[in-house]
Formats: sequence, C-alpha cells, structure tokens
Amino acid sequence: MAKENIVGKYILKRTVFGLLTLFVVASLTFVLMNQVPGGPFVADKSISKAAQKAMAAKYGLDQPLTVQYVNYFKNAIHGDFGISLKQRGRTVAEIISSKFPVSARIGGIAVCLALLLGIPFGSLAALHRGKTADKVITVFSTCGIAVPSFVLCTVMMYFFGVKLGWLPTYGLTGWKNYIMPVLALSFYPTAYIARQMRSSMLDVLGQDFMRTAKAKGLSQNKILFKHALRNAILPIITYLGPMIAYTLVGSFVVEKIFTIPGLGGEFVSSVLNQDYTVIMGTTIFLAAFMITLNVLVDIAYTLVDPRIKLK
Amino acid sequence: MKILSAQPDLKPEDFLPALQTEKESLVVMRPSVNFWKDGHRRLKKNKVAMVSLVIIIVIMLLAFIVPIFYPYTYAEQIRGSENLAPLKYSQTELTAIAAGQHVFPHFLGTDKLGRDYAIRVMMGARVSLVVGLVASFIVLIIGSIYGAVSAYFGGWVDLIMMRIVDLIYTIPDILLIVLLTFALKAPLAALAQKPGFAWVNTLGVNLISIFVVFALLYWVGMARIVRGQILQLKEQEYVTAARALGASGGHIIRKHLLTNCIGTLIVTTTLQIPSAIFTESFLSFLGIGVAVPMPSLGSLASAAIEGLQSYPYLLFAPAILISLIILGFNLLGDGLRDAFDPKLKN
Repeated sequence: MAKENIVGKYILKRTVFGLLTLFVVASLTFVLMNQVPGGPFVADKSISKAAQKAMAAKYGLDQPLTVQYVNYFKNAIHGDFGISLKQRGRTVAEIISSKFPVSARIGGIAVCLALLLGIPFGSLAALHRGKTADKVITVFSTCGIAVPSFVLCTVMMYFFGVKLGWLPTYGLTGWKNYIMPVLALSFYPTAYIARQMRSSMLDVLGQDFMRTAKAKGLSQNKILFKHALRNAILPIITYLGPMIAYTLVGSFVVEKIFTIPGLGGEFVSSVLNQDYTVIMGTTIFLAAFMITLNVLVDIAYTLVDPRIKLK
Repeated sequence: MKILSAQPDLKPEDFLPALQTEKESLVVMRPSVNFWKDGHRRLKKNKVAMVSLVIIIVIMLLAFIVPIFYPYTYAEQIRGSENLAPLKYSQTELTAIAAGQHVFPHFLGTDKLGRDYAIRVMMGARVSLVVGLVASFIVLIIGSIYGAVSAYFGGWVDLIMMRIVDLIYTIPDILLIVLLTFALKAPLAALAQKPGFAWVNTLGVNLISIFVVFALLYWVGMARIVRGQILQLKEQEYVTAARALGASGGHIIRKHLLTNCIGTLIVTTTLQIPSAIFTESFLSFLGIGVAVPMPSLGSLASAAIEGLQSYPYLLFAPAILISLIILGFNLLGDGLRDAFDPKLKN
C-alpha cells in the first residue's frame, strides 16, 4: 500500500514536471520564432505589400504577440494546431500525422536493431574479456561513438549507392531504401549499448550471487540468461530515453541526406521557411514525444529495479 | 643470557649513536609526488591516451599554424582550377610550371569554385576546434560556478537552482538549438553594426550564436557533476576551519572547493569538447552553422554530397578528420579520467 502510494506520487510528480517543461519549450519556441525578422509571407517576393497585409490579417499575425500567444495556446489545448502558412490548405495535424509514421518506422527499426546487436555484442565481449572477440568489439564500439551520423550516411551512400549501385540513394519506395538510413541511425546506439553492456555485464559477473548460482550447480545457460543478463540489462533501460532522442536528432540529418519525407526534415524546413504554425506544431509534438518517453523510461526503471529509491 | 624466548639479544654496540651513512639510508630520496605529477605519470603510461594526444596536437598544428604559411587562402578562387583531383594541375598552372614558375600543389584538389581544398579542410578543422574549445570553456565556467553555488549554499537556494537545471535538462535541446541559431542571427548582425562591436563580424555571427546556445543549454551536465562533488567536499574539516576563520562564501568556493575538484573539472571539460564539435558539425551540415565562405567540416561534407558521383574525394578528407577529432578527444578524455579522477569511472 505504502509502496503503491509512493509510486503514484512519483508518477504524478513526473507528469506535472513534464507538462511544465513542455509549456516552457512551447513558450520559448513562440518567442524565438517571432524574434526572427521577416515572416512567412515576406520571403515570397511575388506577393505585393497589400496582399502580405491581407494574408497576415487572415492568419491573425497582425495582432499583438501577446494576443497571438494566448490565442495559440487556447486553440492548442483544444487540440487545434492551426493551418500551415506555407503549404496551402493543409492543417498542421495532417502534416504531422502524414510525416511522423515515416520517421517513427525508420527510428523504431533502428532502435530495435541497436538493442538486438548491442546487447549480445556487449555480453559477448564481457564473457570473452581480454580475448580477440572482446578486442574487436571494443575497437568497433569506440570508433562507432566517434563517427557522426552524417559522415556514416555519406560514406555509405558513396560505397553502396554510387560505387557499387546496390542500394537506392534517395526516396522511400521499397525495403531496400530502409537499409542505409536504418544502419546509419543505429550505428551509434549499437556501439554505445555494446560498451555499456560490456561494463555492466563485467560488473554483474563479479558479484557474489553469480558464484552462488554456480555453486548451486545451475547450468551455464541458466546462470547467463536468468542471473547475469537480467541484472546487466538494467542500465540499458535508462539509455532508452536518450537513444530515442538521438535517433530523432539523427533523423534530421538522415532524412535530409536520403531525401526521406519525414518529420525531422519537415521541422528543419519549417524553421527555414518561418512557417510559424508548423514550427510550433512539430516542436510541441516532438518535445511531448521525447518528454513522455523519458518519463515512461524513468518510471519503468524504478519499477523494474527495486533497489532504486523513488524521490 | 636469555631468560625469555622473545627477549632480544642486545649488545652494548646497539646503543651507540647512528653513523652518518646509516642516517642517510633512512632519508627518503624520492621527491614528493603532487597531484599533477601523479596524474601525469599515470597518463603517460596510457598508450591510447598518448596517441590521441599526439593526433590532437598534429591536427591543431594543421588547423592553427599551417594555414599561416600556406600559399592559398580558404576563400581564394583560382580561375581555371575548378574541380581538380588531388595533386593535379590545371592548364594554366601546367603552362606556368613549364615556364619554370613554382606552383604549389593542391594536395586534396580543388572544389567547384576553384578553391584549394586542403586549406579549406584545415580551416574547417580550425572552426571545429575553436567551437569545441570555446564552447567547453563556457560550459566549464557557467556549470562549475552554478553547481558550486547551488551546493555550497544548499537549502532552498539549492532546491530552486536544481529545479531550473532539471527543467533545462529535460528540454529537447536539438529543437531549441535549431531555432536559437536561426533566431540569434539577426540580433547579432544588428549588434555588429554598432560601434565597438566590430569583433562580432570577425568572429562570425553564426559562430557566436553556437556559443550562446552552449552557454544557455549545455552547462547543466557540468553543474550537476560539480554540485555532487561539492556536496561531499563542503562537509570536510578544512571548509569548517575556513568558515571559522571568517572566509566568505565566494572565497571558500574559489580557493577550497573548486580547486579540490579540479580533476573532475578537467575530465568533464575534455569530454565536453567532442560533443560540442559534434553539435557544430551537425548544425553546419544542416546549413545553419558557420556562414559561407567560412568552411566547417560539417558544411564541407554536406557540400561534397552534391558532387558525390564525380568528386568523391571531397567527402573523405572532412569525414575522416571530424571522426579523428571526436575520437581523439573522447579517448584523451577517458585517459584523463583514469589518470586524474578514477572515481568518476562509473
């Protein structure tokens, strides 16, 4: 009863704090994007001054900023994120719901791949400590952390796309299009997880309960999977939040390089185009997504590992 | 004559004063080892860290010293020398060589505007290194002071200051970085027009906005680490003694607390450098980093993609260099941590 109470309180606290962060991010974004001189219609040279004014009036951009701010949040709370100022006739909700699944699919596959490769490789390195397998994996993971995703993307694009011609270099039409973006996005997390897994596995292997398990006469497999892996995997859970954030960030670059119509590219181009409603919509959406994931990961971690104290 | 088994067998000679030679043998001949020497010795033993250090020094020489003596400049467009492959000469340059003139070779070729690529890559490395070093320095200053003040004063000061840190920590930084770099451009450009602010232009508006971003968002990690250290340190007796002697809070933080977590500060700052370089190259790659014609390793790689089919060599130099820089600082940081601050390992 007492424990449940603490967990409930913790979840409530984290949720409130998450909402506060989201509000701060949204407000900062609002202030920042209005700081940039010009506006969504100024860049279009073809539009006359009068037409610009009319457009601004139509979208309510001629009103004082405070009024715009209050109006925006009033609508946003009711689920209305407005219409894109640049892509005529499309609502922000439509844009996000059409672009996000693309990013989510690539990011999701990349995250799964990183977990599926990183955990076994890291464990393997720990079990064969000091031997060839360990050395190879350590060198790979050390280098993997140092290579930025855009370098990896471009180098892969050159070898597999241009030189060998095995894989398509742009668009997203078939399964082959997924290979390079997914590999590029999962490279860094794989290396990081392998490193983390190696050190936490080494930690667990040196614990007393491992000796006890061996002394009880348990089979090697049972010791490994039931005792070692389950304990060693816990620190990886905390990395899930940052990892998903990383794949999201990486998607900005990857989507640009491979011309994939995803949300990351949409965000960057909306900033460059000063498409106010899309900037606000995508920022709030992405921030909410990342903050929610972080809160969920933190809660999951505290629930999974009873040794962690809730604060 | 022995009575007890444990009785030592003593002779009258044993009670004579010690000779000079015997006295000398008791003096510890080893010079005292201080914190820096100890860490330095451990660092020197670490081969990986030393190799990284050498690589970083070589890259720094290439980025800061070599361009001074280099016959080409990064913005200089040589007519007729567009899109040269590495170590190739253009027609005009060939005739010049035939005429007996000395033409400096283009080690990495030239780009599509006829600019020598080797100097551009070196300048790009300079931009990356400057960003990494300056940004980390900013993070060090803000983070350590903030963390130290928060930990030293404790109570509700600590509570409020750490809530702010928590808030900034959860903000998805990359969204704000993209917006900030874009939003800061105009105000900074306006500032550059005012008398006394000409330095803004020499540094470059984009470079400064990257520094501002770091100053605003990236110090929180440092602040947390420093706070953790100082929470422990401030319970030590020498802090109580200093306080009893009437030292002010600022004095104690400066002279006693921050100096005692110098190892942590060095290590965390070094590990901050690659992450700053990473962020800068990422922004430049997206086209919101350093402004043209100033090259950055990120923007060079980005520009190379357009001509990947015909001029792939334009991609490799910046790509390899940026990876080497990040790898070098990462490994050096790990080595420094093992040498100066082994406790920080986990």
